[in-house]
Amino acid sequence: MASKPRVKVPKKASVGEIIRMKTLISHKMESGQRKGKDGKLIPRKIINKFMASFNDTEFFSAKVGPSISANPYIEFSAKVNESGTFKFIWIDDDGSKYSTEKKITVG
Amino acid sequence: MNINIKILSATVGICAISVSLIGQAFADADNDKLVVDGKVITTQAKAPADSELEKLYSGWRFRADETQSLQMDDFENPAFVAVDQAEDQFAMVEGKAGKSCADCHSDVTDFKGLRATLPRWNEAKGKPETLEHIINECRTDRMEAKAWKWEAPEMLGMTALIGLQSRGMPVAVKSDGPMQSVWKKGKDLYYTRVGQLDMSCASCHENNYGKMIRADHLSQGQINGFPVYRLKWGGLGSIHRRFKGCMQNIRAKPYKRGSDEFVALETYLATRGNGLSVETPAVRN
Amino acid sequence: MNITRRRALTLSAGSMAFFMASMHFSNANATAEDTEKMVEEFSGGAKLTIGKIDLTTPEIAENGNTVPISVEVDSPMNADNFVESVAIFADGNPNPEVITFNFTALSGVASAKTRIRLAKTQNVVAVAKMSDGSFRYTKNQVKVTIGGCGG
Repeated sequence: MASKPRVKVPKKASVGEIIRMKTLISHKMESGQRKGKDGKLIPRKIINKFMASFNDTEFFSAKVGPSISANPYIEFSAKVNESGTFKFIWIDDDGSKYSTEKKITVG
Repeated sequence: MNINIKILSATVGICAISVSLIGQAFADADNDKLVVDGKVITTQAKAPADSELEKLYSGWRFRADETQSLQMDDFENPAFVAVDQAEDQFAMVEGKAGKSCADCHSDVTDFKGLRATLPRWNEAKGKPETLEHIINECRTDRMEAKAWKWEAPEMLGMTALIGLQSRGMPVAVKSDGPMQSVWKKGKDLYYTRVGQLDMSCASCHENNYGKMIRADHLSQGQINGFPVYRLKWGGLGSIHRRFKGCMQNIRAKPYKRGSDEFVALETYLATRGNGLSVETPAVRN
Repeated sequence: MNITRRRALTLSAGSMAFFMASMHFSNANATAEDTEKMVEEFSGGAKLTIGKIDLTTPEIAENGNTVPISVEVDSPMNADNFVESVAIFADGNPNPEVITFNFTALSGVASAKTRIRLAKTQNVVAVAKMSDGSFRYTKNQVKVTIGGCGG
């Protein structure tokens, strides 16, 4: 099943406010430690990087390892001084890139 | 999961069962309140008059705080990934008839209340039906699409999405009329000892709920939150999948998903939870 | 229930033997020493200040598949003084490197939350790299239970 990101960001904030955001993407996070029915190791396939930017400036990122649970959930904060767009990007081991955007009105 | 670990958890399960039989009783259900997005969900209900249970408790009440909190926010609840996907699926045209779910059911909220009454009698077919049956009947008869497998991700997502529409409503499954014989069959299965460990559902979930089975806090085995996102599974699973797991633990040969036996057991168990709120999609350990 | 005490004991002894026999995993888990090396690599051998970093983990995880953890480091988070990154290690996992959070002054607070897998009872270690080149360290033990009823 295709990976589908979900993010929760407040729609409005005041200038200089620190807002909290939650992100989650559907992904098996195959650790590379499990064996399949044939007894062979199932190759690793995980989301290995996550990046969050605001108006094209990266403000938070994570280097993700195979110990992160299926459907990786990452919650973090940002300080917003102006209205703009958040962009979230997830990178898969296979090179796929998943992204989504959210707008916020600040003022 | 690799086979060694599977064997390991099964054997640990057996140790656990024996330990708990010798061991002492632990705490009962806790007193936490389940509130999702400001809406209170009843996790405790008066037992029906003919019930063997003193009080009904949702499985949520037996879970650790960390697991409980995952169900208290629809964003944090990982089941909602599947619910989101099911929303897209609902509008997707499939099959020879060129229809989507939405062509007949303009809004998924039309299904409010359905989950709370299932399984129920299907007069036309002369058989009981579960939500999985209803969905597949739509797919094969009206959409002319392929039926989904019981545990297919699409089926789990759709049963979660449709079940969610009834969240907070009291379970009200019928045990009389044409459902009586189904219910009776389910009740017989519930109390029949099976497997190498010679245990019935009641051995754990009626006689010993609230106790620790090694590290696991035994619940009443209520099914009001299915399909549930289980941490162990890392995904959604059906009621019948859970039945299979239980049967394997007591070293019995499990029935098949969708079998008459499991439909009957689902019926009986659903009525044991009449009065509890639908929690679909719940989160369990 | 009519399973006698003797019967129960026999059962558990039998299954215990079976349990021992099946205790070989496909991959070796890391040791605390491996993790110490990784921490040293992350800090470049710099001195680690114990504390001043909050790591929240459950005392007992109901299932090792999904263990919620959060970390917060007290910092003004301005251009001159902020938390650059926080690395999380699990010293009993096959691969102890769990996740590294990279912050900037625009993060507002150096705080993040995620869900991790823990193969067994072990220590979760958090190391914060501050913008002035100093490091903070903390660790919590998380007990991972293997559920009685796998299912």
